[in-house]
Amino acid sequence: MSFLEYRVKQAPTGIRKILYMNWPLVVLVTAVASVGFLMLYSIAGGNLDTWARPQMERFAVGMVLMFIVAMVPIWFWRSMAGVAYLVAFVLLLVVEFFGTVGMGAQRWIDLGFIRLQPSEMMKFTLVMVLAAYYDWLDPKRVSRPLYVLIPVLLIVVPTVLVLMQPNLGTSLMLILAGATVMFVAGVSLWYFGAVLALGVSAVIGVFTLRGTEWQFLHDYQYRRIDTFLDPSADPLGAGYNIIQAKIALGSGGWSGKGFMQGTQSRLNFLPEKHTDFIFTTLAEEFGFVGAFSLLGLYALILGFCLVAAWQNRDRFSSLLIIGVAANFFFYIAVNLSMVMGMAPVVGVPLPLLSYGGSAMMVLLVGFGLVQSAHVHRPR
Amino acid sequence: MKRTAREAEESNRTLNRRTLMLGGAMGAMVAVLGARMRYLQVDQADQFKLLAEENRINIRLIPPERGIIMDRNGKVIAGNEQNYRVVITREAAGDVDLVMRRLAAIIPMTAEELQASIDQVKSLRAFVPVTVAERLSWDDFSRVAVNAPALPGVVPEVGQSRRYPLDTDFAHVVGYVGPVSEKDLADLESPDPLLRIPKFQIGKIGVEKWMEETLRGEAGTKRIEVNSAGRVMRELERREGTPGKDIRLTIDAEVQNFAQARLGEESAAVVVMDVTNGDIICCASSPSFDPNLFVRGISHAEYNALMENDHRPLANKTVSGAYPPGSTFKMVTALAALEAGVATPDTRVSCPGYIEFGGRRFHCWKRSGHGTVRLSRSLSESCDVYYYEIAQKVGIDKIAEMGRKLGLGRKFDIPMSAITEGNMPDKAWKMARHKQEWRIGDTINASIGQGYVLASPLQLAVMTARIASGRQVLPRLVRMVQGRELPVPEAPALDIAPEHLAAVRKGMHEVVNGDNGTAKSSRIVEPTLAMAGKTGTSQVRNISKAEREAGVISNDQLPWHRRDHALFVGYAPYDNPRYAVSVVVEHGGGGSTAAAPIARDVILRALSDGLPPLNAYPASQRARIETMLRELPLRDPVTGRPPARSAT
Repeated sequence: MSFLEYRVKQAPTGIRKILYMNWPLVVLVTAVASVGFLMLYSIAGGNLDTWARPQMERFAVGMVLMFIVAMVPIWFWRSMAGVAYLVAFVLLLVVEFFGTVGMGAQRWIDLGFIRLQPSEMMKFTLVMVLAAYYDWLDPKRVSRPLYVLIPVLLIVVPTVLVLMQPNLGTSLMLILAGATVMFVAGVSLWYFGAVLALGVSAVIGVFTLRGTEWQFLHDYQYRRIDTFLDPSADPLGAGYNIIQAKIALGSGGWSGKGFMQGTQSRLNFLPEKHTDFIFTTLAEEFGFVGAFSLLGLYALILGFCLVAAWQNRDRFSSLLIIGVAANFFFYIAVNLSMVMGMAPVVGVPLPLLSYGGSAMMVLLVGFGLVQSAHVHRPR
Repeated sequence: MKRTAREAEESNRTLNRRTLMLGGAMGAMVAVLGARMRYLQVDQADQFKLLAEENRINIRLIPPERGIIMDRNGKVIAGNEQNYRVVITREAAGDVDLVMRRLAAIIPMTAEELQASIDQVKSLRAFVPVTVAERLSWDDFSRVAVNAPALPGVVPEVGQSRRYPLDTDFAHVVGYVGPVSEKDLADLESPDPLLRIPKFQIGKIGVEKWMEETLRGEAGTKRIEVNSAGRVMRELERREGTPGKDIRLTIDAEVQNFAQARLGEESAAVVVMDVTNGDIICCASSPSFDPNLFVRGISHAEYNALMENDHRPLANKTVSGAYPPGSTFKMVTALAALEAGVATPDTRVSCPGYIEFGGRRFHCWKRSGHGTVRLSRSLSESCDVYYYEIAQKVGIDKIAEMGRKLGLGRKFDIPMSAITEGNMPDKAWKMARHKQEWRIGDTINASIGQGYVLASPLQLAVMTARIASGRQVLPRLVRMVQGRELPVPEAPALDIAPEHLAAVRKGMHEVVNGDNGTAKSSRIVEPTLAMAGKTGTSQVRNISKAEREAGVISNDQLPWHRRDHALFVGYAPYDNPRYAVSVVVEHGGGGSTAAAPIARDVILRALSDGLPPLNAYPASQRARIETMLRELPLRDPVTGRPPARSAT
């Protein structure tokens, strides 16, 4: 039975599609986002308008986008993958040369009504194009060098552009998510082993070249790594974030200080408390119980995604779901590791919680793709 | 693109296998994150809780209210007054220049002060309150409060500052407070953290300094919550401190004021002591200064004026001034001789006006000589030769021993600054100090209180009190602490035969009341108040050969700083001693004319409730005394205000 046959016969149509969506996922995403609203409200000192309301509005817009994307058949998205990737790539180039500099990095294009971050767009268009590529590619050939080189280039070229902005966090995410799609698509483990070995030697290279003209990273990126390795060396300078974040977390204890009672974040000891470090406020106010529950919610979202990918017999859909889930997962993993002092401070937000419109909307569009794949799955 | 079902099945299996691996990896990562959470939030929670607490809680000290210093009757000498000040916070003010200009328009402030305040406000962090004006009058203060809406960020505050309502009267005794200096901190082993509060004031000299611990009290604390920038968010807890203890001195403020006024512009000192318990009733040194100047911050001009004044207003002459006691020392020599048995009250000495010793001539003040002199007359007419003779017999060591017995050559433990030991020389002292043998000429000089002998007015008062009471009276300056009377142990009797003391007292009585007494013009005619005493005139110069040849020059012809010091010690009433007095008038001339009248007036003031009773004075002096008393610039006893003076 060919793919074309059953998709026409059995895919739900019209408004009924809504019933076939992965509702547990919708509920879980809404639940996590609501935790975010609560925290933003608390961090603003009980003020809804500072961060919580704008975030809720964006979430609402994002949810609408998610439903729209979910209603569009997955084969449409597959056919759009290449175009979307190209558009995002061109925008990346544009931002490289004409973008607005914010926080020392060229990251967005100001279109007047919205600030477009092409690097955010690239996160899912990359996943889409990779999924489409492996759907097109004969599974027997996935490990052939030429067919490995193509997706590697698809990943590396935009990554380099993002890295030049410079945006270490997002470029890291692009590589990790892309690699995950390749991994699940069945690329031989040898390649991954080789890349890993290369990565280790690159790290060594990065450090040995430090201070020379050939150094890979910006000084601030080096400092972030230094600070990660020994936060106490500069407690009021670069190490401040990590130490204060750990204090906030640790002082939360088992059950936390209570909603709106977090002294660390409310008294401004925490930097970036409403964006990258939002988890510390949650951990401080709701303690281990709250923090672990959030981790549980995240794990459930990931679990539902993986199950959806597993159940889906369409290769493109599976890989797309895996790609979105991997993206989601790596954001969580890197952000939490960073906040808990297990990784250097790289500017990576906590998905669905951190304040920031672009990331939130892009993520919801990503979940829209997951829903679309789920609704239009072969039955 | 066509694929067989088998191939599709195959690739789907691979995908599912890899998905499973991925899920496993994700699960492992989630487990690691969870474990880390547990480690930080459960295992290490206590440690981090402590750190968080330290982060946000700051402890600030609340300065305690300083103890009040009062006179023996509870009149305030050093109190705390409300200090109305204006504080501005840049953050709340917005446009600092504008607000400050408005403020300067309604309170007194010079252009320089205005600019300095603006600069200071701008140089500090936005939330730090800066004091821009202090010690405002109530009117100015209320003007600021009324205009508050036009003055954002300006807060009128009430603080406390030290005030000495009796200003010049107690400058030397009580001293003053001032801001803590680096030196103050260095002198202390473990300084009270209070001292590090900006603008905190501690006692600098006098009772304020030596009773600092008693007066200061203990700091209260408030726990405040701050954010990372140090801004105060709210006060969590407040623990009030203990205010300093109030002190009552033994001094009677009214007697002190009388004495200070009576000394006038002289460079002089008066000490009055209660012979029964050692209470210092009056301890006046003139000229004086206003200690309030130092609290406010004295200007260079004012300070230089005080420093350059040759009457040394800053010196506390009562305890810091060491003067040759002159003839007031003769009681010591006499008692030493009597006790040693080398003389009796009836021993006769012939005074030809001088004695010769080792080819040197030692003159009596009376060139023509006194003829035959016994103890009583030796005192009343102050014959020097009598003492030259008996001193040679008794020797310096016995004289020094008697001097020390009577309180000379030692430092008394009272809370005042720069207390001198004076000097009671003996043979060992000269050897240690000058590496020279003691000569008989030294003894002759010492016998009449010249040469190496030095004593402060306080020591002379103690000496007189001991002679009058026959007890080892110790001076005392503090009567009560926090309303509790300090115990006065009864002074043990002096180790001197009572009949010898009686003989000396009789001589002192004759000094004032005898027909030829050197101080007879300063006698008290009211029998129940009768005074006994001894005049003294001490040389501060060596009479040069040229001067000797030109004949004795009278004091009046000498420049002020080379004139003799005038001294008088005495006690009253004679038959029931109550108060001892000592007076030193620097370069005042003769003790009988310059010092004794002051001593009489002051001791009469101490003995009476108000001004000295006129009937205590000889009838011929009453009119003059009445005028003098009326014109004294005394304070109003109720308000403590000095009299309105005509332009001086």
